[in-house]
Amino acid sequence: MRLSGSDLTCVRGGREVFASLDFAVTQGEALCVTGRNGAGKSSLLRIIAGLLAATAGTIRLDGGDAERTLPEQCHFLGYREALKPALSVRENLRFWQDFLGGGTGESCAGSLSAVGLERLSELPASYLSAGQRRRLALARLIAVTRPIWLLDEPTAALDADGQALLTGLMRRHLQAGGLIVAATHDPLDIPARELRLEP
Amino acid sequence: MSALAALIRRDLLVAWRVGGGALIGALFFLGIVVLMPFAVGPDLVLLKKIGPAILWIGAMLASLLTLDRLFAADLEDGSLDLIVMSRTPLELACLAKALAHWLATGIPLVLIAPVLALMLNLDGPAMLGVVLTLLAGTPALTLLGMIGAALAVTLRRGGLLLPILVLPLSIPTLIFGVIAANQAADGGSAFGAPFSILCALSLFGLVVGPFAAAASLRQGLD
Repeated sequence: MRLSGSDLTCVRGGREVFASLDFAVTQGEALCVTGRNGAGKSSLLRIIAGLLAATAGTIRLDGGDAERTLPEQCHFLGYREALKPALSVRENLRFWQDFLGGGTGESCAGSLSAVGLERLSELPASYLSAGQRRRLALARLIAVTRPIWLLDEPTAALDADGQALLTGLMRRHLQAGGLIVAATHDPLDIPARELRLEP
Repeated sequence: MSALAALIRRDLLVAWRVGGGALIGALFFLGIVVLMPFAVGPDLVLLKKIGPAILWIGAMLASLLTLDRLFAADLEDGSLDLIVMSRTPLELACLAKALAHWLATGIPLVLIAPVLALMLNLDGPAMLGVVLTLLAGTPALTLLGMIGAALAVTLRRGGLLLPILVLPLSIPTLIFGVIAANQAADGGSAFGAPFSILCALSLFGLVVGPFAAAASLRQGLD
């Protein structure tokens, strides 16, 4: 499996964010997208996820599931965790498991204990701290299987334990033949290629 | 559980929990109908005459009040991104959200309408006419309103724009809903034709609403 982009240009609000960008990442590899604020890290992830149209250029996925589109094979973890405050931790995760479906991931309880939230499973998500919300979003990555992970600032709000947890999850995903594209300021503790966006 | 059932279940749960839209819509409906006799005066004959229209206006405004959050809440917490990316066609996801919105906010309006009709001095046939027309017409309000809700979220800070977009779309539903309800109150001889058109408007919304909303969401998300 190989994910590549060629000659990508992104113009937002009349301002050119990046132009003629090329990247490629293969199975078992991580691509670390770095750059200053506003360099277009998040925009690149959203273009790969199909949430934003590139002004020019193409994204290709070779060797993926031919019956699924690229976004359908991606996990997208943005700065918003996609949680409903009124629902409990377990209900939130359960919903995404049922809605995204299609993969053979960990069980709901198994995913929650993997991210250390098993004792909070009945707590409404509105009571979670920022770091705990992140952990719950990470639980989604293992509760539903997707070959490609698009992570936007995955370490934000996580404590040292949480970062170690994230590193473990990413390593396991890469060993299982997954592929990661992460936009980050903090260096990630995994072997990764770097794609530096210069404004 | 299938993806659509999960989406409907989640939206219903969120609507019924504290701060959700279900109770708010019904209370707003109650508020409008209770205010009306204060404005019009305690003229029972007049209230009986304009009762169906008051109930319809109240139901329309109450459904408009909760439509605002239909997509805005999912946009703000990031759920909408995942829904757009998922394997479920966006049109079906929109339809599921509309169904959940109608179940959570439309049905309570229909259920409390007979109680509010009593306050407006409506008799049995008129009450039945209002309930039937609301049951047939509130899906149209939700489904056509969903188009406006989708347009409003794609224009940033479009929340205040929603009523302006949706009210014109709701005019046909209001016209035929009130005509049918008035006909039912007058004995029901000419009830069939406007009621059929009202049902047709709901079916029209069922076909057009999900596609228009999905198209708007696809174009406007960034």
